[in-house]
Amino acid sequence: MTVTVPTDPAHRTAEEIGRTAAGPRPLPPLGPTREVPLPDVLDVTLANGLRVLVARNPRVPMAELRLRVPFGPDAVATGLAETDDAAVSRHLAAAELLTATLLTGTSSRDRVGIDDELAGVGADLGVGVDPERLQIGGSGLAVGLPTILDVLADVLTDAQHPDAEVLRERERLVERITVARAQPRTIAREALQRKRFGNHPVAREMPTGPDVAAVEPADVRALQAAGLVPGGAILTLVGDLDPHDAVALIEQYLGGWTAPHPARRLTAPPPVAASNLELVSRAGSVQSQLRLSAPALPRLDDRYAALQLANLVFGGYFSSRWMENIREDKGYTYGAHSGTEFVPGGAVLSVETDVASDVTAAALLETRYELGRMTAVPPTADEIDAARRYAVGSLLISLDSQGGFGSTLATLAADDVPVQWLRDHPARLEAVTVEEVGAASREFFAPSAFTGVIVGDAEVVGPGLRALGGVDLP
Amino acid sequence: MGAVRVGVVPDLHRATLSNGLRVLLAPDPNTPVVGVAVHVDVGFRSEPEGRTGFAHLFEHLMFQGSESLEKLAHFRHVQGSGGVFNGSTHQDYTDYFEVLPAAALERALFLEADRLRAPKLTAENLRNQVDVVKEEIRLNVLNRPYGGFPWILLPPVLYDTFPNAHNGYGDFTELEQASLDDAAAFFDTYYAPGNAQVTVAGYLGADVDRVLALVEKHFGDIPARPTPIRPSFAEPLPGTERRAVSPDAHAPLPALAVGYRLPDPGAELDAYLGHALLASILGDGEAARLQRRLVHVDGLVTDVSASAGLMGPLDARDPDTFTITAVHPPSVDPDRVLSAVDEELDKLAAAGPDVDELARQVARWSAALHHEDDRVMYRMLGLGARELLYGRAELALELPERLAAVTSEQVREAAAALRGQGRAVLIVEPGTQPTEEQA
Repeated sequence: MTVTVPTDPAHRTAEEIGRTAAGPRPLPPLGPTREVPLPDVLDVTLANGLRVLVARNPRVPMAELRLRVPFGPDAVATGLAETDDAAVSRHLAAAELLTATLLTGTSSRDRVGIDDELAGVGADLGVGVDPERLQIGGSGLAVGLPTILDVLADVLTDAQHPDAEVLRERERLVERITVARAQPRTIAREALQRKRFGNHPVAREMPTGPDVAAVEPADVRALQAAGLVPGGAILTLVGDLDPHDAVALIEQYLGGWTAPHPARRLTAPPPVAASNLELVSRAGSVQSQLRLSAPALPRLDDRYAALQLANLVFGGYFSSRWMENIREDKGYTYGAHSGTEFVPGGAVLSVETDVASDVTAAALLETRYELGRMTAVPPTADEIDAARRYAVGSLLISLDSQGGFGSTLATLAADDVPVQWLRDHPARLEAVTVEEVGAASREFFAPSAFTGVIVGDAEVVGPGLRALGGVDLP
Repeated sequence: MGAVRVGVVPDLHRATLSNGLRVLLAPDPNTPVVGVAVHVDVGFRSEPEGRTGFAHLFEHLMFQGSESLEKLAHFRHVQGSGGVFNGSTHQDYTDYFEVLPAAALERALFLEADRLRAPKLTAENLRNQVDVVKEEIRLNVLNRPYGGFPWILLPPVLYDTFPNAHNGYGDFTELEQASLDDAAAFFDTYYAPGNAQVTVAGYLGADVDRVLALVEKHFGDIPARPTPIRPSFAEPLPGTERRAVSPDAHAPLPALAVGYRLPDPGAELDAYLGHALLASILGDGEAARLQRRLVHVDGLVTDVSASAGLMGPLDARDPDTFTITAVHPPSVDPDRVLSAVDEELDKLAAAGPDVDELARQVARWSAALHHEDDRVMYRMLGLGARELLYGRAELALELPERLAAVTSEQVREAAAALRGQGRAVLIVEPGTQPTEEQA
């Protein structure tokens, strides 16, 4: 038997539902702004070179921890240069495997022992790596901070990467990479990174299965000794804690983490050069991934706030020109987003949407139209004010939690952006003029500045893209 | 004023407006942010046969304008006030919410009230949002590996009735058939003020009564309509194992999902929480039973997880699903994975977890609940959903204590209950290309 509820047969019509006797009502004004200043941040560098940023936020009895270690291909360990493709591949594969086995054993704790100790204080730690840096992040009950730091120090100074664990994790990593590479977003990301950064290591965000399969346990242990070092690393801690006590604890547990050389930073990739888009075929796709990119500005550039507002107006939030066009007017997509990505030495603009195969060419046409419109019909004062309110408000919201504030502090510090930049940013956004946004729009959104890729079923989307032009087909 | 205060516990204030709309206020003096959520007591289990996906499609329509707000105006006003927004459709409820700087509280109430009073449902917006929803389904289901695994694929194996078994995202053909009149009927029936609840959380100023007066000002004149009688979705427990195979053209590795029935969280909360902790003991962290056995000792699977609740714990009324999912290499027979799962469940059904093992999972749960409390958005949505589903927002606050009180014996009983009933087994096979119509 099926259980369904018949809807009311005597219901109103859609038209009747949409109006009341009183008619439309006015939008209430905004009330008084509530100022809650960001907490103070204690910023110290330990003798071993580890920089520590700590802030108190007692909202919940937790602590959020982020450790970022620059982790570029390591010349000290292997003598390799970034131009040596095979050596970079070995480094990236070993780095990925290192993250998978970092928490699997030290001289005094095994895999289960590490997890049991963390779980006992409600803590979780996760390890990740990209071409630029290795990150350890997590949270736990604030009262458990000594335990968390004890485990962290143990794995940083004494991770054994036991043979059996490395071999099992190697097997799993190959399987996981296979799964990840089946995801259209991963395929599109890899194609975009290659297109805009060429052979530079920053483009290589995921190793290949064969490269991982070739990594030996000794390679992982060597990489830990050479690369996972405190000089230039940054530890951020936000939570229900006293910052000075927390720094003393960090000194106590992590002071013994030392190395004779600093962590290695990745070099800057070459600037993104304009070109035709490249169509990458994925047979059987029912959607296409559009990924366009152009140069952008780092946060400390005087024009950054203007570019940030220009980007919001173009595609940086729901109420943007591009989203309102291709989603809310045309129905080509569920989501469209543009934003700045920071890379060593600079920044790039990324313009991304997924659309049905049969409207791929049409969506590209509309995307080019909206890019061109940013230069020919620059954002109006009203558009800029809406974007400004959103930029200021969404920043306030994103910082209103331990995790959000901690992640932002960690991200900014890793890019050498001072905390004061964050405190000043709302005022900087308020001061941006219409002319400055117009200048940024013309400079950074010109369609001729872009490169990029489209991933889709070439048999289905190829003819339309060829006819539209500006796309290299496989 | 039509609002009647019906109860105050620390940090929670309740009222019911004269039109039946329930109000929950959760002030927090230490934040510059405020959130407003409307929870409506209808989810995809209630959508009519022949209209799969309609509850979710209707959620999209609620963003398309209302009497005082042209199309796009809702988004623009929320974001132009510095806020963020979203909505989501679950088994038993649909939520709409926005989080903004505290200065925008009254504006947020206005925006939510206008669409609950008089949404502008038009044929043009309906067609546009059918297209958008189809893109959402292509993105999340059709164009990727393991799309809809297990939340769309497992229920039809475990359940027999349409409400519990069908695809909540919807079939394309049925989405395309949705009419404006369907939308009008759905709104008039289910979006009655007596079938909805407003939650306001975050910075509410010094005077909670002032906020209650603002809620009354904006929502109070929505005329009362009959509140639909909520049907029971109960089904008997399956007595045997049911199996199904699902081809997935994009999947590089096989996967399997096992589904069991959970106790009714409304009637047997402690038994339900025993199952929630069982899921943690099986799947959460490197020391969890299935991680150790399946991933490391036997090396059978790439990844494994266990979860109480198809869309998360305490997110639906009865019936809901306990799931175990795994991705494994093609060389491993799924029955070997199932046997190992059964053995681990049998061990727990015989002896229950160690006291320390249980305490560690309770600590992780407490931390996760604090984590939820740290953000106004999650705190608001957690309180609102538990109030709507179980009439007890306090549950969100009491959970750490209630979980700490769960005994090893209760977890043992949960494991025994899973072993004592039938179940669903879904096997995902890499390879065959499904057509769009099948999905």
